[in-house]
Amino acid sequence: MSEPRRDPTSTDEFIKGLWKENPVFVQVLGMCPVLAVSNTAENALAMGLATMFVLVMANAVISSLRRFIPKQVRIATYILVIATFVTVVEYVIQAISLDLHKALGAFISLIVVNCLILGRAEAFASKNTVSRSVLDGLGMGAGFTFALLCLGGVREIMGSGSLFGVDLFHEGYQDWVIMILPSGGFFTLAAWLLVFNRLKARRERRAAVTAEVMS
Amino acid sequence: MSGVAPNIAEARPGMWPMYRAMVGVGLVCGLLIVTVFQTTLPIIERNQAEALQKAVFQVLPDARSSRTFVRTGEDTFVPLEGKGKGAELVYGGFDEAGALVGVAIEAGGMGYADVIHVLYGYSFDQEAIVGIRVLGSKETPGLGDKIETDEAFQQNFVRLDASLDPATGAAAHGIVAVKSGTKQNPWEIDGITGATISSKAMADLLRKSIGSRIPLLRDREIDFHDRENDLREGEATP
Repeated sequence: MSEPRRDPTSTDEFIKGLWKENPVFVQVLGMCPVLAVSNTAENALAMGLATMFVLVMANAVISSLRRFIPKQVRIATYILVIATFVTVVEYVIQAISLDLHKALGAFISLIVVNCLILGRAEAFASKNTVSRSVLDGLGMGAGFTFALLCLGGVREIMGSGSLFGVDLFHEGYQDWVIMILPSGGFFTLAAWLLVFNRLKARRERRAAVTAEVMS
Repeated sequence: MSGVAPNIAEARPGMWPMYRAMVGVGLVCGLLIVTVFQTTLPIIERNQAEALQKAVFQVLPDARSSRTFVRTGEDTFVPLEGKGKGAELVYGGFDEAGALVGVAIEAGGMGYADVIHVLYGYSFDQEAIVGIRVLGSKETPGLGDKIETDEAFQQNFVRLDASLDPATGAAAHGIVAVKSGTKQNPWEIDGITGATISSKAMADLLRKSIGSRIPLLRDREIDFHDRENDLREGEATP
């Protein structure tokens, strides 16, 4: 006997991006900034928040214009909207902190080509209401920020012995320099993917056992 | 909250809806960018000026005030009025009495990953580099970026000999980077283990900058005076 399918609630819309359909650990999207700017927790948080802002704004605008944009020019229009918000973010970060802008470098501009944003615009915002699209953007953005922080935290602790610039081990800790180099990004991402896949496999096993008992 | 909303315009449109969408969205996006740019520009410029000012005091530790000078076509230096984009700038540092303690100069050279930009302080009295600050670099994190973060490496620039030969007016010694722990002369830079290329790049860019800029600056030392001095001169002139 199968359960009747229910429409997703607002909470479901938000939670899916954070965990069940996490853009990094489940969908493996936007790998370029994930690997490049996750060498410190601060950079990871800033990049995550910048991406979340662009995602939410682009989703809101694209969803509200979905009846106005002809199918033939939709991708060009989406890119135009996304690039606008990325430019806005770039100026705002520069106004807030020059050091942060320097640390994130070209990767702020590269948010334009982050497939996560265009993907959500095409797959979700162009087919759903503004409120649902904003919730989707918030959830996916929070999931992306969470994933970047997971990587940035581990890499900064192991690679520099600090977290958010606060020294954790003081004298005597030998930094694992490799962790803040690109290869450290791959190692950490692989480790987190392993954790997520194990959790997913365990959940599926439990669901199968429960279904068997119920039948 | 309602469920799934109707899809994007499915019908094949004529040219007008496409122009309307692209031009309309483009115009609104352009307006938004211009508004944000105009709003943030003064803040960004203020941040940049503050960062540069902070860097000048960092590389000229004895300075209490600073003033920006620009090189003229006649190879003299005059106080900068307005923006000096593209011009050759020198930052003069002055003590409490208004006497020149040194100049801060921007220099750049190829590092391991990309160009390294630095600001260094030069003292005419000591004939030495008295401080340095990396303004921009993309050196390898954890290795090459120690040129910014390693305190032992920074100690090289507390007083790095950059004297000029009185006979020729050119640099008396070429600044060189040596293997870590083998520094013997005051014009040598004790390199960083694991970041040899970045250490050498720092020595190269400083040597080239000293050779090309200090002889002229030394000759035109008289051009550098603070604002108070200008006022005093103004009052003395009948």
